[in-house]
Amino acid sequence: MSSDSATFDLTGSFETYNLESSPSDTITMSKSELLSHFELMYTMRRMEITCDNEYKARNIRGFCHLYDGQEAVATGINAAFDPEDSWITSYRCHCTALARGGSVSSVLGELFGNVGGQTKGKGGSMHFYNKAHNFFGGQGIVGAQVPVGLGLAFANHYNATPGKPMQVAIACYGDGAANQGQIWESANMASLWKLPMIFCIENNHYGMGTSMDRHSSHSDYYKMGNHIPGLRVDGMNILAVKEGMRFVKDYVGGGNGPMYVEMMTYRYHGHSMSDPGTTYRNREEIALTRSTRDPLEFVKRTLIEANFADAEEIKEIEKRIRKEVADEVKVAKASSPPTIEPHLFEYVYTSGGGKEQNEFPPHIRMPDFAKSKFY
Amino acid sequence: MLLSKVPLHSRRIAANQIRSNARTSSTLLEPTAYSSSNPEPPYATLGSTTKLNLFSAVNSALKTALETDPTAILFGEDIAFGGVFRCSQGLRDEFGEGRVFNTPLSENGIAGMAVGYASAGGTAIGEIQFGDYIFPAMDQIVNEMAKFRFRSGNQWNCGGVTLRAPCGAVGHGGLYHSQSPEAYLAHTPGLVVVMPRGPRCAKGLLLSSIRSKDPVVFLEPKVTFTNVSIWLRLSYSHLRCFIFQILYRSAVEEVPDADYEIPLGKAEVMREGTDVTIVGWGAQLRTLETACDLAAKEGISCELIDLRTILPWDSKTILESVMKTGKLIVSHEAPITCGFGAEIVATMQQECFFCLEAPIQRVCGYDTPFGLVYEKYYLPDEKKNLDAIRKVMELSR
Repeated sequence: MSSDSATFDLTGSFETYNLESSPSDTITMSKSELLSHFELMYTMRRMEITCDNEYKARNIRGFCHLYDGQEAVATGINAAFDPEDSWITSYRCHCTALARGGSVSSVLGELFGNVGGQTKGKGGSMHFYNKAHNFFGGQGIVGAQVPVGLGLAFANHYNATPGKPMQVAIACYGDGAANQGQIWESANMASLWKLPMIFCIENNHYGMGTSMDRHSSHSDYYKMGNHIPGLRVDGMNILAVKEGMRFVKDYVGGGNGPMYVEMMTYRYHGHSMSDPGTTYRNREEIALTRSTRDPLEFVKRTLIEANFADAEEIKEIEKRIRKEVADEVKVAKASSPPTIEPHLFEYVYTSGGGKEQNEFPPHIRMPDFAKSKFY
Repeated sequence: MLLSKVPLHSRRIAANQIRSNARTSSTLLEPTAYSSSNPEPPYATLGSTTKLNLFSAVNSALKTALETDPTAILFGEDIAFGGVFRCSQGLRDEFGEGRVFNTPLSENGIAGMAVGYASAGGTAIGEIQFGDYIFPAMDQIVNEMAKFRFRSGNQWNCGGVTLRAPCGAVGHGGLYHSQSPEAYLAHTPGLVVVMPRGPRCAKGLLLSSIRSKDPVVFLEPKVTFTNVSIWLRLSYSHLRCFIFQILYRSAVEEVPDADYEIPLGKAEVMREGTDVTIVGWGAQLRTLETACDLAAKEGISCELIDLRTILPWDSKTILESVMKTGKLIVSHEAPITCGFGAEIVATMQQECFFCLEAPIQRVCGYDTPFGLVYEKYYLPDEKKNLDAIRKVMELSR
């Protein structure tokens, strides 16, 4: 075994449905690649813990949904994707934004409600976007991102070059969203027109505060597409997620139609900050998952077993990232909150003048009244 | 996983073929060109015209849009053969099934797909078969379509979306094919809501809507410029034999063949007057024209305004008119409570209360669903409007 790359066994990480082929049982990964995945995942973990603390310190207000426990999913999908592939996800999107070209300061800045945030403080926790990485965000309505993802897949299909693989579109949603009606509408059209669309269910086993067994009559989410092929992946294993998504991207990008993918994962925090996360599940379940299936512990173990790094080196990396995150939080806090002019009314309609802009009458009525009342 | 299996539908190829015809230039009718001193837009400057009814004018606009924009796609329920109102007649044959195609009966899916396709840079023209079916799509329209530009801090937008939907009472639409949903939609910042009154402005407004960088819901009145009062005098058995298409086809105007746009967000003063300002939109304007004619016989001079764009609406044009006449009547077919007329009335009394010589009147539909035989009671016809005109004249004496 060379010290620069290693081959890892993935036996038992996948279950297929209506598929003639399946992902490979092994994956070869270089030291630098696995280390970069670890660094991204650890940054995600630190960022979400920071969010939790800042929320409790009342520096972040409003709604906030944390991703810790599910880091391997966003990291693995991103590793298998090109920047040209379209990605749309649910409200639990801090870490997807980070994977898709964001920075800790832009995410935290948004959560603090500052103009330095990724969407200038206009969106908040559920709304991160990145045009350079074809990341379409962050949707506040459960399941509503899926028909939009269908449109993205349609665009990739329409703009494809004949004879070449298509860019794919992925719509991520949770097990709680999986029974929303809009998703069935989208699945039907994606299958009917053989669009390069991935329906990715991040199954963290709870639809808000209701367990999977209580909110869904069908718990094999990867089979939910009926005749649409499906793949279930161990979503706590970054290696399996990457190899699984590589396989799925090849399949749907090759014009074989959409696929359902179920990522078996777990969230450590409650659904949102108002949910302690322990009223509908017991602490033992969380502790057991942390001790046996934690995605970060898995990467660390893998790094050591492959002789990519020893425990000391990993500790050094963790120390560095903790400092980096703390520094980025300072940057995020240094930005200022938006002002009425120009931020409040900006981008409701086109702006920028010229042909781009409609010459609308002032659509905000009596802004002076708003000013005098509140400022 | 063979690439040869990629079912490209020749979409891209078809698009490339028409790239050569790419948009040369369209004429934007400047609002100043037809201000109150010149109520009729300068259609004469646009060259040759053809006698078209509303659906043919819409068809002409869609054809122009598909010809000039290779990313434009047209989709909806049964539109491939023309749709229930034949608005897309012949377009599949001309532009191919890759660009003009049927969808399943999934309104929310249609709207969502339009949002996704437009945010990836395309021009999505979706059809919701009836305005009444827009309600299943409200989630996508209100939460995704209208807010995409704002919530992404201008990184993404879905300005390429235009959703067309026929609306209004039609003679036998029943409870679920007669509604006018403009007020529901107008409560949504970020959305543009447009309703033309006839074929000529329909073409210009639709082309503006399709090319607008803001998402538009384009509502097409089914009874455009049919003399409603004539229908209402007919018996039930007579009414039954007039099917949708007849109503849609019944009124024609000389529509320019050229590619022209009418700006959004601008009302039009259809006829000038000095005594009363009357505001309406869509098919209701035909009724209002009749009411104005009846009032003229009594020596009352009415100024009639077509709002054209419901959101964002042109309060300035109405305000200027009310400052002149001192009296205002707003009339629409949708139910009165929280109808868009309420917004106009509230703004006008705030902006020019001391210019008003009589209480502002609303002549609207009643707060009830209505089936066929109730339509004649429900509709705010020219007699109800004439009553309101007489009332404001008496009160201001």
